[in-house]
Amino acid sequence: MSIMQQKTVQTPHGTIPYLEGGSGEPLVFLHGAGGMTAQDPILEALSATHHVYAPFLPGYGETDDNPELRDMLDYTLHTWDVVRALGLRDPVLVGHSMGGMIAAEMAAVCPNDVSRLVLIAPAGLWKDDHPIPDMFTLLPFELPQYLFHDPETGAKLMTAGARIDDPEFLKAYLVRNARQLGMAGKLLFPVPDRGLASRLYRILAKTVIVWGQSDRLIPPVYAKGFEAGISGSQVVEVPEAGHMVILEKPDAVAKAVASVT
Amino acid sequence: MKFTWFNLMPWPYLPDDFREKNRSVWVDIDQKLFDPVKAHEVYNTYMDLLEYADTLGFDGIGVNEHHQNGYGIMPSPNIIAAGLARRTKNAALVVLGNSIALYNPPVRVAEEFAMLDCISGGRLVAGFPVGTSMDTNYCYGQIPALTREKYAEAHELIIRAWTEREPFAFNGHYNKLRHVNIWPRPIQQPHPPVHIPGGGSIETYDFCIDNTYSYSYLSFTGYIRAKALLQGYWDQVAKRNAPDTSPYRAGFAQTICVAETDEEAERLYSEHVNYFYNRCLHVYPGFADAPGYRTIKTIQTGALSQYAPPRGGFGQLTWKDLTEGGHVIAGSPETVRQRMEDMIKGLHVGNIFCLMHVGNMPAEKCMYSSKLFAEKVMPKLKTLMPEWEHDERFWCHPVDRQARPGSLPAPYAPARATETA
Repeated sequence: MSIMQQKTVQTPHGTIPYLEGGSGEPLVFLHGAGGMTAQDPILEALSATHHVYAPFLPGYGETDDNPELRDMLDYTLHTWDVVRALGLRDPVLVGHSMGGMIAAEMAAVCPNDVSRLVLIAPAGLWKDDHPIPDMFTLLPFELPQYLFHDPETGAKLMTAGARIDDPEFLKAYLVRNARQLGMAGKLLFPVPDRGLASRLYRILAKTVIVWGQSDRLIPPVYAKGFEAGISGSQVVEVPEAGHMVILEKPDAVAKAVASVT
Repeated sequence: MKFTWFNLMPWPYLPDDFREKNRSVWVDIDQKLFDPVKAHEVYNTYMDLLEYADTLGFDGIGVNEHHQNGYGIMPSPNIIAAGLARRTKNAALVVLGNSIALYNPPVRVAEEFAMLDCISGGRLVAGFPVGTSMDTNYCYGQIPALTREKYAEAHELIIRAWTEREPFAFNGHYNKLRHVNIWPRPIQQPHPPVHIPGGGSIETYDFCIDNTYSYSYLSFTGYIRAKALLQGYWDQVAKRNAPDTSPYRAGFAQTICVAETDEEAERLYSEHVNYFYNRCLHVYPGFADAPGYRTIKTIQTGALSQYAPPRGGFGQLTWKDLTEGGHVIAGSPETVRQRMEDMIKGLHVGNIFCLMHVGNMPAEKCMYSSKLFAEKVMPKLKTLMPEWEHDERFWCHPVDRQARPGSLPAPYAPARATETA
């Protein structure tokens, strides 16, 4: 049993499911392109010290289809709508990967509403010298080597419960993949840059940037780009962790989160 | 029946070990394999072959659009069609087509197609594909989940640009234009006939039915495997109460090789067919369908797996597999006639896109096969659908008097002033 409970909240873009658990200061966690489950260890780790709200982004979980959400600004404002609908003011804002990109945009668009920000291997920047692999072309068996410090263990985490010989399972997998990565593509395809670099200077929050040292999807050199763009920000590198640092080292991430609060 | 001689324009110099040494013929194909000087010959030969098909009496000659693709070196079919418009006389120019979500703004397509229609004297058949995921998403960077919305907007804009007679403003999500007023506009009224190449997306069926466009299934897997897909289309035609079931509502692409005998066909063409299926269709699976490119509705039908390449890929298929499986219709004129008749009746299709140039087939063999088809097969198939003979909705309507290139008069000669020195 997870300590996270699934609830829903109404927004102008329909009913949004979210996971809630723990107690303490309110914290909003925004998941990455791979999605989120109530069993994710990062949620448990964060809820030990915080009251965690983790909304499903459009296209993930049991969200409605939102074809009218098309671009970065749409998603940024939608996620603010969710925060408001949850009745929160200035929660600790935490985002992983694509969720980190959205969190950074939220903080840049409304700098006075975010005083604490944690970006975990966020997307959103592009360096020509360090091109990010095209995750949309990767076949399932190719993903672990980019996502995990230890691909072998990572592969087992990813395929737990998969029944690839069952056509119904495969169809459900394809539908979920199309919904999730279809949405993610609106922010990340074909190059995950929607102009965030030119807006980072607006962020006023106390910011911590967390990166797995073995991240082969968005390499740690990108931490420097965020650090340079956000005044006063700090980088925490986590050893023996890849892009899925939230799966591989959830406690180290939670510790970094605690440092902004 | 309408027979269109189609050339994908494959690069004919992919090495023997292409499959082993390269992950994909498409998107990230090795630059070193392209030789621009050889391409000079290749393009001119391919255009000559399309013109030759016109002289053989094919109803249409067909071109299409692919990008960064070793089996289709035609990123701009309009350039080829422009050349063909000048040097052909009778055949429809079937441009299948322009991927309209890729053009900014899409009025460019309305303009270029209008130019082609004017230059060719109303011989244009216009194709509007959504485009494959390889072309549209991976090569041209369109966001997969927005591609269909962008396509639908481009379609609306083009049709309005073709048909409205006053300048208008267009305020779309992807195109903001204050003064749409294309000049020239097409000869054919209200606009050239439209064919929509599709590959199993059920939304495309409805789009064709609702707009009286022809649905074209351009696969390389042949007519036997196409039955399920086209049956799906015809079921939808019935379900939506379309006014008729004209076979011209559908088109189908088929690889065809004709020789004097079945044995000669295998001897002459098997290496070129093998080149096509083994090297040209070697596409990295990660490029096949960008997530979000297919609609959820289409995935939920579970139909896509039926159209996927065979397990293990095409490379393992022998001549026998390919001909018996219907991927390729090959043999003597009588063998080909029988199988074509099965295909036409079985799929109920009126527009046939004849893939007569295959892989690295040299011009002389292609001409031999095309001539035999035109002389000994096509005449026997022409009248297979007599009850629909007068359905003109899906084909072009050329003007009666076609201008001829090279028909300039003698240049103006001023009267000689004889008194000057």
